[in-house]
Amino acid sequence: MDLILLFFIFLLAAFLGLELISKVPSQLHTPLMSGSNAISGITVVGAIVATGANEDGTTGMILGLLALIFATINVVGGYLVTDRMLQMFKKKGK
Amino acid sequence: MELDNIINLAYVIAATLFVFGIKMLGSAETARRGNMISGIGMLIAVVVTLLDREILDYKWIVAGLIIGASIGGIAARIVKMTSMPELVALFNGFGGFASLLVAWAELEKIGLLGWQLYMGQMGTPAQFSSFVIYLAMLIGGVTFTGSLYAYGKLSGRVSGRALVFGGQKFLNILLLVAILGIGVVFTWTENLDTASSLFVVGVSLALVFGIMGVMPIGGGDMPVVISMLNSCSGLAASAAGFVIGNNVLIVAGCLVGASGLILTVIMCKAMNRSLGNVLFSGFGAANQSSGDDDDREPKAINVEDAYYVLEAASSVVFIPGYGMAVAQAQHVVKELAELLEENGAEVNFAIHPVAGRMPGHMNVLLAEADVPYEQLVEMDNINPIMPTVDVAVVIGANDVVNPSAVNDESSPIYGMPIIEAHNAKTVFILKRGQGKGFSGLVNKLFVMNNSRMIYGDAKATISAMVNELKG
Repeated sequence: MDLILLFFIFLLAAFLGLELISKVPSQLHTPLMSGSNAISGITVVGAIVATGANEDGTTGMILGLLALIFATINVVGGYLVTDRMLQMFKKKGK
Repeated sequence: MELDNIINLAYVIAATLFVFGIKMLGSAETARRGNMISGIGMLIAVVVTLLDREILDYKWIVAGLIIGASIGGIAARIVKMTSMPELVALFNGFGGFASLLVAWAELEKIGLLGWQLYMGQMGTPAQFSSFVIYLAMLIGGVTFTGSLYAYGKLSGRVSGRALVFGGQKFLNILLLVAILGIGVVFTWTENLDTASSLFVVGVSLALVFGIMGVMPIGGGDMPVVISMLNSCSGLAASAAGFVIGNNVLIVAGCLVGASGLILTVIMCKAMNRSLGNVLFSGFGAANQSSGDDDDREPKAINVEDAYYVLEAASSVVFIPGYGMAVAQAQHVVKELAELLEENGAEVNFAIHPVAGRMPGHMNVLLAEADVPYEQLVEMDNINPIMPTVDVAVVIGANDVVNPSAVNDESSPIYGMPIIEAHNAKTVFILKRGQGKGFSGLVNKLFVMNNSRMIYGDAKATISAMVNELKG
């Protein structure tokens, strides 16, 4: 991996993130937070590799499995709860 | 080589979907679709990761995914809307913890392979790997315990008050210095045994630091803390991305970090305080009753008399706060609002940006109760028409309607934008007892001539009003 390239990506993503949601109606603050929180569960990708790439019973595999469980709770729970909230916002729109 | 290209291409698609998803979450019409799009991005990222050549065995991966998905799915389904802030805090903490564990697992991997082989695989200097492993651990650990403690405060399992004690700042600085010092040694040492002992010490200190950091922050400042922890969990994921050299983690984590930061800034602005002030001042810990010479007593009114005033009113504004969430009064409030409308009154809800314990907390509760979106008015739009309002009903809100913020320069909250309930012709304040608000400040609104207190549980009070109106 080219280090400089990684930093470059990081920097661009930071600016993109700041630009994306500079103006959000306050009504959407909670769903935005919980939705972006679900995205931060992307660590699940690292956890999958850590779980699968280590031999059974090694410390690395156990740490990976724990990471996988916690990250999956974050991802699945985060998306579903955000959807539940947004569903409520929707139904009164009619 | 071929396979790696496919995986990386899929990661690019996933990252693109995250960007679109977050963008769409920022607007009411597209928010739900946005959330789904970012969910699809996540699904793609997870599925292609399963193709990774490093993976030897799938049984634990499947087990982990099933366990995590079941817990997350059930929790998301059964949670009450009033408990939303603590659930978000909890999920957030889990994300941070996962990043810590991923960094730890990577350190174990280095321990097995040895630096020589590992550096050959990664193509990055050893110091860089050590540095980002420590960073991901640190941010992830602080996010984890900080969020858990915030969860405890929000759910009432621990006291929501700001906790300050003598030497607290000194202790925190000491802790921070120790964490950074160990980090420096950890980064530069080549000895893997030393590194792994230092890491464990670092983990414990980071976990303690998360708790210490949230301790001096009171319940009313929670919207800021939650947004900030949200931002941190993103940064932790991003740091974990540097650890394992994965673009999609870096991009997605950084997007979340940035969006969380913006929310944090919005929340701070809504309280007219700096982030530093929120984090370190221990605001609301002591009873900072500003030398008050006003000894007027608040005037109470009973439900029946309040009903006559409400019945005659042609415009009513409800101002909800955290107390409405505690009393779970949103449904009866909606019922009352409907009856008043049938009675010919114009009804609105004035929402302060930091009302409640989470950004947008009141909006979620009122949406749950089916209050039409058009009736939810933001602070800047309600204040100009406040003098024409017949009755303002404050439900469990305190500091966000404290007129000292506008007209008392000596007040600690002077300059904070408020909903100017005191300009309404009559103000009803529904309050559990005579206690002070979160800030510990005396609220002059309560003793003004046009104010009347209605003591008791907000839900019971409003139900009684509903019955009067029906009867």
